[in-house]
Amino acid sequence: MQKKTAYSFPDEILEHVFSFIHSGKDRNAASVVCKSWYEIERWCRRKIFVGNCYAVSPTMVIRRFPDIRSIELKGKPHFADFNLVPDGWGGYVLPWISEMAGAYPWLEEIRLKRMVVTDESLELVAKSFTNLQVLVLFSCEGFSTDGLAAIAASCKNLRELDLRDSEVDDLSGHWLNHFPDTYTSLVSLNISCLGSDDVSFSALERLVGRCPNLRRLLLNREVPLDKIANLLSRAPQLIEFGTGTYAAELRSDVYSNLAEAFCNCKELKCLSGFWDAVPAYLPVIYSVCSRLTSLNLSYAPIQNPDLTKLVSQCPSLQRMLVLDYIEDSGLEVLASSCKDLQELRVFPSDPFGEEPNVSLTEKGLVAVSSGCPKLQSVLYFCRQMSNAALVTIAQNCPNFTRFRLCLLDPKIADYRTLQPLDVGFGAIVEHCKDLRRLSLSGLLTDRVFEYIGMHAKKLEMLSVAFAGESDLALHHVLSGCESLRKLEIMNCPFGDKALLANAAKLETMRSLWMSSCSVSLGACKMLGQKMPRLNIEVMDEKGPPDSRAESDPVDKLYIYRSVAGPRFDMPPFVWTMDEDFASELS
Amino acid sequence: MEGCVATELRLGLPGTDNVRNKKRPLQEADEECGANGKSDAQDETAPPAKAQIVGWPPIRSYRKKNIQAKKNDSEGPGIYIKVGMDGAPYLRKIDLKVYSGYPDLLQALENMFKFTIGKYSEREGYKGSDYAPTYEDKDGDWMLVGDDPWEMFITSCKRLRIMKGSEARGLGCGV
Repeated sequence: MQKKTAYSFPDEILEHVFSFIHSGKDRNAASVVCKSWYEIERWCRRKIFVGNCYAVSPTMVIRRFPDIRSIELKGKPHFADFNLVPDGWGGYVLPWISEMAGAYPWLEEIRLKRMVVTDESLELVAKSFTNLQVLVLFSCEGFSTDGLAAIAASCKNLRELDLRDSEVDDLSGHWLNHFPDTYTSLVSLNISCLGSDDVSFSALERLVGRCPNLRRLLLNREVPLDKIANLLSRAPQLIEFGTGTYAAELRSDVYSNLAEAFCNCKELKCLSGFWDAVPAYLPVIYSVCSRLTSLNLSYAPIQNPDLTKLVSQCPSLQRMLVLDYIEDSGLEVLASSCKDLQELRVFPSDPFGEEPNVSLTEKGLVAVSSGCPKLQSVLYFCRQMSNAALVTIAQNCPNFTRFRLCLLDPKIADYRTLQPLDVGFGAIVEHCKDLRRLSLSGLLTDRVFEYIGMHAKKLEMLSVAFAGESDLALHHVLSGCESLRKLEIMNCPFGDKALLANAAKLETMRSLWMSSCSVSLGACKMLGQKMPRLNIEVMDEKGPPDSRAESDPVDKLYIYRSVAGPRFDMPPFVWTMDEDFASELS
Repeated sequence: MEGCVATELRLGLPGTDNVRNKKRPLQEADEECGANGKSDAQDETAPPAKAQIVGWPPIRSYRKKNIQAKKNDSEGPGIYIKVGMDGAPYLRKIDLKVYSGYPDLLQALENMFKFTIGKYSEREGYKGSDYAPTYEDKDGDWMLVGDDPWEMFITSCKRLRIMKGSEARGLGCGV
């Protein structure tokens, strides 16, 4: 009997076939078909996504994939965005950079999210990856403009530098001057998060002027309005532009220069920035409005009627981010003007105020759901909601993939019936069969979780706060949501029973976050003993867990699957519940 | 009352006022308990009835900062700048917004670093002491504190440095 069967292809052919498979998921699937496919696939994988930097070690990644050109890493849990993760928690990129420096000299793309990136790391990146083309630091922190200067000076092939939402230490920043005069390859630059000291405007102008392929430019707030026209005139090929501060004394020369500059940007499709925007200067973008597919006014304090007037001029909008100044009336106009709308985000202008300062209610969202058939993604902050409205919205938009509703008062009931909002959210999960992401708020009982467990089969990420009454709620979710990858919970009375009963489920997920819930230390220890491939991290700034009773609830709990074992870079307020910990104290 | 404050245990250099997070340290005593101080999350006078919950509403700090700054400029986030003094082992940080003007600021600096600044005059700078307060402006130049109108100063000041000795005297006396 021949060892080689008739249908096995030579490696080169398989490799060629694999080169058409780009999605990580598909490649992962191909790699487990058989040993030879595993081998071939790992040699030709070029792009890797690590959703939790502690789930695997850099050594392991490098051992399996010897020739990676593009890496994406995520660090801190999502709730770090809302100040729930104390400083020093972790998510350091340096160990990754250090190891990749030797292993992947041809690395082209680095994308990091919620990681701690030091100047040392950036300098190492600049030194080690001469072919670096893309550097995205999304919600990162720990670096200064010195690190950026190192990147600018060394990365001759850099196309994309995106610092979105990162916290950058402002030192005396003329870092833009470090891009050599010979450097012309910039395609995308996002410096919207930088503070005042960080950008030398003349260096920016020169940089923009000499990069003919620049398509995306997002400025920081400190760039004054009267400088924008000049910048735009050097880059009329821009597709995406973010202004700096959009306020200035009304002067006719500034106004007409701006209007002309915008008019000449024939390919401009996305606008953002608009900090401190004043209505007087809004009309300068009217020439662009009809083409706009994405508009981010979420930092603009403009109100109606100016705001609504602007929106009504943008019939091609697909993505709209705005403050609640738009009010229900403005959303109704949006609904009737923007039939291509796919994504809507409405942020609160006064989140901590006791009384509503604007007339934005559930009616606005209902209007948009009714008028915009392509609506798929919603993030909506408001102060009142009803089950009836949610049911209507669900029926109008069965294609929702992301639905995040945030009622500012965390336990508010249906304002019309004073009932919990279980039925409303139930309708969402029932009608929207492709829902991948859901954030709940308002008064919610165990009921809503029953609905979620029953219907939300494609749900990958669920965010819960101040909801539910018992462990049954958590049990419904863990046992019913087959596609669940990320679960984050704050201030809910869930705990031990549901976790212990569904321990195995946790290994099928990326991570679980629970803070201010009812999970006891004892349960955490038990989980740690039972599940060696999970890292059970207990976080408590008040003191070590062994100083308290087994039945005491832990402050914060972060559970994630890992093949790298417990991490060793934890700060003093984080403890891993593994076998060693449990046996030490018993 | 003053004696008690002086012997109180706390972090910080002796003589410092821990001015961070306080709007107007001199007016603290006068304020009613209604404005019960600012939470760390945002610089807004929280109504006493409602406790601010950490992490709720789920708004990113970046956005919170921007909303606040936009909403009420006068009560918005402070202008924090570093202050150094020649010879001091480490720098301090102050919020320029809490001071009503130059006299207020200089007094606070005197308290913080335990020294005396001379009397300011346009012609001669700070006369009568070994120290001169200087600041780095937006253009990177080191300027003498006090020449500009206060409002202009706080927006262009990037960091402060108390110069000492002959350098300082040079600044003061008819350069």
